[in-house]
Amino acid sequence: MQSSPQPQVKPRKTGKWWNDPKIRGIFYQVLAALAVAGFLWYITNNALTNMEKRGITTGFDFLSQPAGFGILQSLIDYTEADTYGRTFLVGLLNTVLVSVVGIFFATILGFIMGIARLSHNWLISKIATAYVEIFRNVPLLLQIFFWYFAVLQALPGARNSIEIGGSAFLSVRGLYIPRPVTEDGFGWVIAAFIAAIVLVIAYVKWDHKRQQETGQILPVFWPSVAMLIGLPLIVYWLAGSPMHWDYPELKRFNFAGGIRIIPEFMALLVALVIYTGTYIAETVRSGIEAISHGQTEAALALGLNNSQRLRLIIVPQAMRVIIPPLTNQYLNLTKNSSLATAIGYPDLVSVFAGTTLNQTGQAVEIILMTMAVYLTLSLTTSAFMNWYNKRIALVER
Amino acid sequence: MSKFKSLVTAVAAVGFMASTAAHAGATLDAVKKKGFVQCGVSTGLPGFSNPDEKGNWVGIDVDVCKGIAAAVLGDASKVKYVPLNAKERFTALQSGEVDVLSRNTTWTLTRDASLGLNFAGVTYYDGQGFLVSKDLGVSSAKELDGAAVCIQAGTTTELNLADYFRQNGMKYQPVVFDTSDQTVKGFEAGRCDVLTSDQSQLYALRLKLSNPSKAVILPEVISKEPLGPVVRQGDDEWFNIVKWSLFAQINAEEMGVTSANVDKMKSSNNPNIQRLLGTAGEMGKLLGLSNDWAYNIIKQVGNYGEMFERNVGQGSALKIQRGLNALWTQGGIQYAPPLR
Ligand SMILES: N[C@@H](CCC(=O)N[C@@H](CS)C(=O)NCC(=O)O)C(=O)O
Repeated sequence: MQSSPQPQVKPRKTGKWWNDPKIRGIFYQVLAALAVAGFLWYITNNALTNMEKRGITTGFDFLSQPAGFGILQSLIDYTEADTYGRTFLVGLLNTVLVSVVGIFFATILGFIMGIARLSHNWLISKIATAYVEIFRNVPLLLQIFFWYFAVLQALPGARNSIEIGGSAFLSVRGLYIPRPVTEDGFGWVIAAFIAAIVLVIAYVKWDHKRQQETGQILPVFWPSVAMLIGLPLIVYWLAGSPMHWDYPELKRFNFAGGIRIIPEFMALLVALVIYTGTYIAETVRSGIEAISHGQTEAALALGLNNSQRLRLIIVPQAMRVIIPPLTNQYLNLTKNSSLATAIGYPDLVSVFAGTTLNQTGQAVEIILMTMAVYLTLSLTTSAFMNWYNKRIALVER
Repeated sequence: MSKFKSLVTAVAAVGFMASTAAHAGATLDAVKKKGFVQCGVSTGLPGFSNPDEKGNWVGIDVDVCKGIAAAVLGDASKVKYVPLNAKERFTALQSGEVDVLSRNTTWTLTRDASLGLNFAGVTYYDGQGFLVSKDLGVSSAKELDGAAVCIQAGTTTELNLADYFRQNGMKYQPVVFDTSDQTVKGFEAGRCDVLTSDQSQLYALRLKLSNPSKAVILPEVISKEPLGPVVRQGDDEWFNIVKWSLFAQINAEEMGVTSANVDKMKSSNNPNIQRLLGTAGEMGKLLGLSNDWAYNIIKQVGNYGEMFERNVGQGSALKIQRGLNALWTQGGIQYAPPLR
């Protein structure tokens, strides 16, 4: 820091360059950055040296060692013979799975409850209020335990499963549902679905244009749904139904076949959705309340009905207020999903920062990697939400 | 809860390692200064370490800690217990949260060589077994293909299980819990068909079932699980103390010295007994302790056999046979180096 940076700004008439606030600003920032970096280097180095002295293995070599333990649920192929590095991936994907599905349902639940809370119907608004007040004020961990130990573990055993529609089975072992198995020719159905999406987009665009020219509005929602479902269905039939179902079947101990949704996943998902839903509901409510009443009156004056008013006037404006805190809730949900370890859902913290850490003992490396993952997940989510926020802000003008 | 605990201990471990380096004798000095031994035990495992109705910790692992306190401080009650689940235990020891870990922990190469820890002996020779509910009608572990298995996270159990099923070409679903309480609950609720753990612990956990007679332990023992106390690497003085506290108990049993007759034995003319009880030689001094260190252990805690029978043997609810844990002179493999 001794070498003095050359002033890049034009020298002022009075005063020396070191009195220039801009240069001073840069100087202090560089100094602060160096101090932080130096501190980090110091503690890392110190920790590593000391650990070596105590005979604790360090480094990332363990990632290529065989793990030797089983994992209950994996989105990718995994066996005990795979590496610790792979357990990282398995855990990460399980975290992403429960977070993404959780965010999806929490958003739906939150929007419904947030709007319901503002309903003029006394019963509906009270139900929504009760929901928010109850589930927001009970600690999440307790809710997870409740769903897992009190609700799901009270289900009957595998042999006395509750049968749903003859082909799905719910028991203490989880939910087993039939699995679709595609055959040759299923590609056509997928193609038809993509085509339907394109058609729907084109239809919506055309409808907009037509509305601007003639002022008339054609129904959008139901025709789109009909298109998205109908077209693939017709093609499916034409292609000779290229798919069959793999049904779960009771074997000696458990069901085999079909798709298995483990109770650990269900309990964690339900708890996360219900808990985060309360915060999203509050966010939505305050977002809507932030829109001046004049907007509602203007919409009424234009003769828009209730649903049009919400959909076309209120929600788009409220979104601007809702998005930033909503992002926060998404981040919270992702981070809270690490409570999974309490009931043994094999997420990143349970598998990697839990079992892998314990079997290898490499706490520093593993905790660092785990922290980096949550940081990345959070930054990605907020980047996406910021992008979305910008987009709708433009539309609003 | 426990997640935070293990995360906090992990972070604390990093912080601790960053700040100090161990020096020999540090633990003994620290223990003497604070006046008690900080001992890591399980969160509750009957016979090994479990709080009784009054909330006092009892069990064979607990007695090992009491022995150390008696040797070092002359008072077996000067122990503070830190309940640790399997995942937390090593970090707690590494970070200095406990002075000794006495929590049914299996001695393995990886743990010995890569965690910066030292195993100070074997309190109990164990092996992994399976507990199944009677009405499954299973009589051998070889019939368990496709079963859901309840295990505890961070144990050798997890690894042996995977090996055993792979070796026998069978499939299983691991259902992993953090504490033995949760594991038992999961087993009782039917979340899994099988509960697997060290066999002694199966006897202990079976006591926790609401109807113990409905579950059976399968005959197969699929691993070696020598359980013993663990200390941090790098403090040889403390390592020796822990090691020889246990050896003293085993030697005492071999010599027939018990808590009941130890005072009388003080006047024995057997040189082995004299060295053990400090009436001849300077054995305690060599360890950095007073010469009546072993007398204190035996007087206050008892010899190995007493400790065994009281906690897991005939004097307990577990009623486990001595088996492998009998002295080498009686058909077992418990053997301590000579105290001379
Ligand atoms: N000996 C094995 C297993 C030890 C273990 O944790 N066993 C369970 C039995 S289910 C236990 O003692 N749990 C008590 C607790 O979590 O506090 C090891 O060292 O990895």
